[in-house]
Amino acid sequence: MKCKRCGQPAVINMRQHRFSLCGEHFLEWVPQQVQRSIEHYHMFAPDERVLIAVSGGKDSLGLWDILLQLGYQAQGIYIHLGVPDGGYSDVSQRKAEQFAVQAGATLQVVNVRAEYGQTIPELARRRRGRSACGTCGVVKRHILNQAACDGGFAALATGHNLDDEVAVLFQNTLHWSTGYLQRQAPVLPASHPRLSRKVKPLVRMYEREMAAYALVRGIDYIYEECPYSRGATSLFYKTLFDQLEAASPGAKQQFYLSFLQAREEGRLLPADADRAEMGECSRCGQPTTAPDLCVFCRLWDA
Amino acid sequence: MKIVYRDQEWEFKGNITIRDAIKKMGLNPEAVLAVRDGKLLTDDVIVRPDDTVKLIAVVSGG
Repeated sequence: MKCKRCGQPAVINMRQHRFSLCGEHFLEWVPQQVQRSIEHYHMFAPDERVLIAVSGGKDSLGLWDILLQLGYQAQGIYIHLGVPDGGYSDVSQRKAEQFAVQAGATLQVVNVRAEYGQTIPELARRRRGRSACGTCGVVKRHILNQAACDGGFAALATGHNLDDEVAVLFQNTLHWSTGYLQRQAPVLPASHPRLSRKVKPLVRMYEREMAAYALVRGIDYIYEECPYSRGATSLFYKTLFDQLEAASPGAKQQFYLSFLQAREEGRLLPADADRAEMGECSRCGQPTTAPDLCVFCRLWDA
Repeated sequence: MKIVYRDQEWEFKGNITIRDAIKKMGLNPEAVLAVRDGKLLTDDVIVRPDDTVKLIAVVSGG
């Protein structure tokens, strides 16, 4: 296969877009696509500071690399969750730090145990009946929101790609979780003074494209999945959608983008459905729909 | 050609594209990327008999 732009041998064939690109033109094309999403969904402006949640994986490191190339003021934050299997958290922290040094960018590191006294696995074990992933999500959301607000960042960016969004959308559709469907978006505006704007600049990028980007660009990322994600339903949904995509190229994109369009046109839910009143947590001050303590603060109480 | 995926190794004889080899391994071509000598390849390529192709799972990390 030949590159659509120069005729040289291609490194990637994107059947969903019906073209192939060589390494050089692929490295040009990916940032252009991300820039288009940033503008299309009004994520942030060139003069705004952005905080990127960095896991050490291909998506978040790729996103950071792309935003720096595009000239954005992008700083990283890494959260050490204390996942011990094979030093998973230690290894991923090293990948994030190495990238920051090479890129000459600033990385803030938050160690959950040093900061709050327990690792995620320890915390999850104490709270039987709650999954480690659920606990992890609560802790990450709290720390990231706090850091984005305290640091005065205009937006908090995560590396969620199209395949991630499709898996979540499929899950929410299977359960008809209208509240989640209402909130699943490329941009979540700051609906409270202590709630950061959340943006997903890779929302239109296939996971395949992001893996290829990291490989071609030579980004050293953590290849293993988090050990707690083994057997996760989201991974199973990704496998299902890969089958669909192989039989019908563009199926993932179609599913997600048609959903966004249908909601925007009010064909799914009324625009103000499921909007809960928000108060402030009496301990940490972050917004919450709970009457007193937020779910994060309740986690640490025995 | 030899194809390496995780801790498995497969050997293919004759003129076969990487895509067909991936399918014969029971994998979905959407779920992997093919790399030879550290360089990414499109899966329509037929490599030399003594070449080794490494497959990288698309889903990882995060």
